[in-house]
Amino acid sequence: MIVHDVDLDVRPHETVGLIGPNGSGKSTLLRCVAGLRAPSTGVVRYDGEDISGWSRRQVARRIAFVEQVSHADSDLRLIDVVGLGRTPFRDPWRGPTVIDRLVIEAAVERLGLTGLEERQWSTLSGGERQRAHIARALAQQPYGILLDEPTNHLDVRHQFELMELLAGSEATVIVALHDLSLAARYCDRLVLLDGGTPVAAGTPDEVLSRDRLRSVFEMDAELGTDALGNPAVVYRSPISAAGRPTARRTAT
Amino acid sequence: MSASATEPVDLLHPSARSLESPEAPRRRTGNTPRLVLLFVLGLAGLAVSIVVSIRIGASQIGYPEIGRALGWRLGLDVEPLPRLVDSLIWDLRVPRVLMAAVVGASLAVCGAALQAVTRNALADPYLLGVSNGASTGAVIVVVLGYGATTLGVTGGALVGALLSFGLLMVLMRRGGLDSMRIVLTGVVVGQLFAAITSLVLMASGDAEATRAITHWLLGSMAPSRWDGVVVCAIAAALGITLIWLCANALDGFSFGADTAASLGVNVRATRVTLLIVTAVLTSVAVATVGAIGFVGLIVPHGVRFLVGPLHRVLLPFTALVGAIFLVWTDALARVAFAPREVPVGVFTALVGVPLFLLVLRKRGEL
Repeated sequence: MIVHDVDLDVRPHETVGLIGPNGSGKSTLLRCVAGLRAPSTGVVRYDGEDISGWSRRQVARRIAFVEQVSHADSDLRLIDVVGLGRTPFRDPWRGPTVIDRLVIEAAVERLGLTGLEERQWSTLSGGERQRAHIARALAQQPYGILLDEPTNHLDVRHQFELMELLAGSEATVIVALHDLSLAARYCDRLVLLDGGTPVAAGTPDEVLSRDRLRSVFEMDAELGTDALGNPAVVYRSPISAAGRPTARRTAT
Repeated sequence: MSASATEPVDLLHPSARSLESPEAPRRRTGNTPRLVLLFVLGLAGLAVSIVVSIRIGASQIGYPEIGRALGWRLGLDVEPLPRLVDSLIWDLRVPRVLMAAVVGASLAVCGAALQAVTRNALADPYLLGVSNGASTGAVIVVVLGYGATTLGVTGGALVGALLSFGLLMVLMRRGGLDSMRIVLTGVVVGQLFAAITSLVLMASGDAEATRAITHWLLGSMAPSRWDGVVVCAIAAALGITLIWLCANALDGFSFGADTAASLGVNVRATRVTLLIVTAVLTSVAVATVGAIGFVGLIVPHGVRFLVGPLHRVLLPFTALVGAIFLVWTDALARVAFAPREVPVGVFTALVGVPLFLLVLRKRGEL
């Protein structure tokens, strides 16, 4: 996937949602921002500094990155996985310090994983693994967190808990999301990608207009508020290639 | 809220990085003391294994003789042994047992490192094809008629191993060093050199050479001499230390290259370092004693089962257990069909297979 013409400025403590259909370049953009792929043109800057000359370790001390759930097999225990987040701060010859252990403990607790510390990775559910990776990211004490579809595999309660955690976090957050309602509710700003380029950026109200939902997501839908007054996207039906809703419209 | 609590600190915030470790006596947390004790016990076990196995062999030696041989060399006031017995102990048995310990440790640690780098549970030190390169080198030397000297075979094997590793790196110079590429390129290089070996053997049609090579291919400690032991020991000490210094990075590879990189691991540099170190260690070992199989595959799995998968702890224990394992299998190879000696590689597999099955069972994978 090629991503081009991105001009994105994320402010400290902001929670920015990356949205867009499959293959629109969300993951690629996240990897560029994480410094995992060097852009062939253009620069990624943290606090105004070009990161292209930075060591991996320097980047890791600023930014934590959580990949989409991978099905990696591992012998590690949950607490070992969270402990990986201390890697950027550890000397090769020294074991974990007391501080490391306290931070790991705090991260485990923040994600509600207390009691599962000793469990083998293979015995954890998809949601527990996802939360362990996020706890690992928090153990990096990051200034910024990048997450690629972190709500996949989470049940409803944990989806909302995670989004509340991210939105309430001091860290700057960039999160790729499929769930537009979650994005609208918890993100300060949204960036809508289509075909590898941002087509809109701004507050959820500005970005999730009915026209864009139609042209980018090919859905007849609109952003409204649910019965409790929270922002939510209401979907009517997908739009066929001819540009007409495929399903019969319910009485309007 | 406890009354003593001062300003609450968010440990997960960057501002908490400046926190110093609590001045409380550095709490050595968790099971560190237990592991240290276990490691010391293991070292003692290795020492005992070495001494006991020096005794074992076609010609039995008593502890007093071992003591006298050692004491005389340390300049103690003991009566020297008769030349022949002394030579048997000091020039044949001792270097052989030490070589087994050094090679066992090297192969086991290389196996553990390659299993992590390639994220492949079946990886072993011969994955990179260097053992096939070593065989080719050894066969060519034997067929050309320079095989009479041990150094000839060893030198040829070392050159062959390093050549095959050079080819591997040339093939991988472009693009990333991802796990699958390492495995596949290793197979390609290994098969190429295996074919060359067979071709040379067939073309020469020398039955004696074929026999000598078969013995060598299975691995045997018999040709171990002091010079080889010293070279292998230096390589092992340096190599194992280098690999151990990559322990955190090896843990980071658990979830793939991107996650490792996001944790601050320089993925490419770490992979290149580990490939070179494991290739050199394996080449030196294979060149001296042949391609002893199974140690590098099973020992890391067994040790992971005992002390867990974190490489900081796993690697030292892997070295220890690898050393003890090969010391004992070599002793077994010396006496099982005495006076006839069986290549040690036969026994590492015979002993290793049931142990491997046991570990897999315990882990619920079989």
